[in-house]
Amino acid sequence: MKAAVIVFPGSNCDRDLAVALRAAGIETEMVWHKDTSLPEGTDLVGVPGGFSYGDYLRCGAIAATSPVIRAVHDHAQRGGYVIGICNGFQILTETGMLPGALLRNAGLKYICRTVPLRVATAESVYTTGYAAGDTINIPIAHHDGNYIADPDTLSRLADEDRIAFTYADNPNGSVHDIAGVLSENRRVLGMMPHPERAADAAHGGTDGRRLFAHLADALESA
Amino acid sequence: MKARVHVMLKDGVLDPQGEAVRHALGAMGFDGVEGVRQGKVIELELADGTTEDRIGEMCERLLANTVIESYRIEIV
Repeated sequence: MKAAVIVFPGSNCDRDLAVALRAAGIETEMVWHKDTSLPEGTDLVGVPGGFSYGDYLRCGAIAATSPVIRAVHDHAQRGGYVIGICNGFQILTETGMLPGALLRNAGLKYICRTVPLRVATAESVYTTGYAAGDTINIPIAHHDGNYIADPDTLSRLADEDRIAFTYADNPNGSVHDIAGVLSENRRVLGMMPHPERAADAAHGGTDGRRLFAHLADALESA
Repeated sequence: MKARVHVMLKDGVLDPQGEAVRHALGAMGFDGVEGVRQGKVIELELADGTTEDRIGEMCERLLANTVIESYRIEIV
């Protein structure tokens, strides 16, 4: 079981994500955004948080045009797993791999604190370690996390049980309190909160660790 | 040739920055400002003969996120 974490200019959670994946027993390689292919045998791609290209134009917009994104897209098309966290979520929406978009926070402020999240579905390799309805504490750190999608998309997400996490106390104005969504085949997850920042006791919380642990189990048996 | 691309949040998409500007104008004593929408203008210097279709493609693929934004192309 192998993971590849993409590194863009301006990524700053790439190493944290790699640490969390490796701690869960997943062999992880860093991949520069100029690369045109993923390492042989990649099961999971991690698109990390940060400020790729300084958030120029729109958060994630320039990164979405990086050479490696074509390979990530093909990987997802083949049924590969992809997790995009924070800026990674923004990049995945910009590529069209996940629906919707992330706007400036409703309160206009950058928010950096731990927030309670509800696990909205346990039906994915990312959330199978939790029960639907569980509340977990995960840090957020973003300026543009205000999720929006058109009404048809929102009802499809709800009908297909593709909302992965919601905010228990909406910090940023996201429609329907959405904090994370899944792709149609449930293998691509995008979320604004940072589970990799709640994966070690030294982080002050470990509610994110289960995500990586169960992901490792699921990929192992897949 | 030059083109100017105007990118705006679509109608119905809340524009918190525009709202903040509206509040600030009100606080400064400018009465009657009922709405503010903030967008961006992108100026392109282009090889002569670049078609508007080609610019439209640039907008669709990069300059605007059509999930939330609309754009208008102006050839100048």
